[in-house]
Amino acid sequence: MAFIVRRLFFYLVAIFVAITFNFLMPRLMPGDPVDAMFAAAGGKLPPETIAAYQEMLGFVDAPLWQQYLQYLKSVITFDLGPSIMLFPTPVTEVLSNTLPWTVLLAGIATILSIFIGCFIGLYASYNRGGFVDRYVPVFWQFVASMPQAVTALLIFFVFALTLSWFPLGFGFNPDLEPSWHPSFLANVAYHAVLPMVTLMLSMIATWVFTMRNAMVNVLGEDYIAMAKAKGLSSRRIMTHYAARNAILPVVTAVSMALGFAVAGQVFIETVFNYPGIGQLIIKAVAARDYPLMQACFLLIVLCVLIANFIADVLYVWLDPRLRA
Amino acid sequence: MKKLRSLLSGLAGFYRGNTAGIVGSSIVALVLMMCLAAPALTEYDPNKRVARGHEAPSAEHIMGSTRAGKDVWSQALYGGRVSLMVAFAAATVTSVIALAIGVSAGYFGGRTDEIMMAVTNVMLVFPQLPLLIILAAFLGNVGPFIIAIILGLTSWPWGARVMRSQTLAIRRKEFITAAEIMGESKLRIIVVEIMPNLISLAAGMFVGTALYAIGAQAGLEFLGLGDPTVTSWGTMLYWAQSSAAFYVGAWWDFIVPGTFIAVVGGGLALINISIDQVSNPKLKTGSFLKQWRIQNAEVEAKRQGG
Repeated sequence: MAFIVRRLFFYLVAIFVAITFNFLMPRLMPGDPVDAMFAAAGGKLPPETIAAYQEMLGFVDAPLWQQYLQYLKSVITFDLGPSIMLFPTPVTEVLSNTLPWTVLLAGIATILSIFIGCFIGLYASYNRGGFVDRYVPVFWQFVASMPQAVTALLIFFVFALTLSWFPLGFGFNPDLEPSWHPSFLANVAYHAVLPMVTLMLSMIATWVFTMRNAMVNVLGEDYIAMAKAKGLSSRRIMTHYAARNAILPVVTAVSMALGFAVAGQVFIETVFNYPGIGQLIIKAVAARDYPLMQACFLLIVLCVLIANFIADVLYVWLDPRLRA
Repeated sequence: MKKLRSLLSGLAGFYRGNTAGIVGSSIVALVLMMCLAAPALTEYDPNKRVARGHEAPSAEHIMGSTRAGKDVWSQALYGGRVSLMVAFAAATVTSVIALAIGVSAGYFGGRTDEIMMAVTNVMLVFPQLPLLIILAAFLGNVGPFIIAIILGLTSWPWGARVMRSQTLAIRRKEFITAAEIMGESKLRIIVVEIMPNLISLAAGMFVGTALYAIGAQAGLEFLGLGDPTVTSWGTMLYWAQSSAAFYVGAWWDFIVPGTFIAVVGGGLALINISIDQVSNPKLKTGSFLKQWRIQNAEVEAKRQGG
């Protein structure tokens, strides 16, 4: 319990750091921050809307700490105002429309890569020095070392543009009406294939290496020798004795991987024109919609922290030593 | 001189029987040399219009031309100078910060350690790419120099943690206690006694960061956050994207910078893998495993013989 409380406190601090970063960024830039933030909105928004923005984002005629409190208040109450780019849609509504797409893509891709990667890692450590152990992890490392932007462009070029096996973009066919009907869901899945595969290509290597290295460490333990001495089948030793203990480092790696997955969406969603938060943050940057951009950043940080926290809870559940 | 020789023999030891390391280093060295020798390999100025827009590869322009009629091969070579420079600069900044923070946290311990590690851990949970995007967006069309600095300033936390744990392991060794008793200054202990033991880790970190920086820089510039007037692999991708090169069939506009990035990335990854395998004997596989067994057998034989 103490462990969980300590971690919660840590995440709280991290959120404050992120909010403070958002608060300080426009103020540290040269020139007038309000001008910079609303330059793009100048012609589009009525002056009273801009005044309302300024108040909400803490640009009031007051000492810095009062500005900070004002900003904190608007963040905590989710009162982030309308987006400049998509005026007058509120920022929170824009975000809630895009977040599910990203979570869907990142979540499923992460889970699938964990299974595939761990299986390869397990098999490689099981046949140490064999063909799979020698070449397959290195192959995946090689694939993962390609920058996501490049991988995404290549896959897009080959499978979407040249071969036309998959659609050129969007989360679903815009002619269809969104519903829970199987044909619509199938269309969503069809559109998700390429972005998801691209994301998985960059993630599988992590799991292969994490699992293999964890297994290699566990296989040196005395209780494995004991199990062998008892004459247990090697499959049973692998799954019931070694893999159960090797899974702990894998769980810790989940938290980092989710952050990576959400962040990596930026390139993938941009290349595949997928309607998630990664593409949104880039659009917001291009349109100089600073309120929307900052909200995207906060939301991504929040997603990553929540994923981390879930990993912590899982860790406590899996490792009885932490439960004291 | 003696130090140089021991360094060289250390390097030779690293490459002996280490196929991945040799191949990786050769790839990176080859690309680096091609970029440095750009004037000898191409007659065109990367920033001048020398052909019609989107000309297919031909004898005259071996990799075709961009939408603006610039020679792609020449752009890739000259742009590679910028991209590689950013990667190595960012890796240097990262390694220095990670080494400084990791070693001092590990060596001094106590309150210093607590504060430094709290900062490191908070930095570590932040998703790096969105952070970079926000920074680049506020700084506005960042040039290669700024990109190198912000990449360097944001990628040190993981390295700092690794350095710290290694320092913790070293500082309990007898030679550190001996140095302390002899009254060596703390700075001397850190720089002369501890740091030489971290060289292989630092090398791994340097290569890993350079690999990351190549991708991150290309990514940022591809997204249009960089300075589009500077030619680098990332801005080449950006111009290819904004001139819809794929849709008009000008695949070379994308494929050439993409291949350069992928090849250098692959080379760096191979070096990284081989450093991992050499520095952690437990994880060895393939030829490394064999080599390790031979060495092990030799040690055993010596022990039994003596």
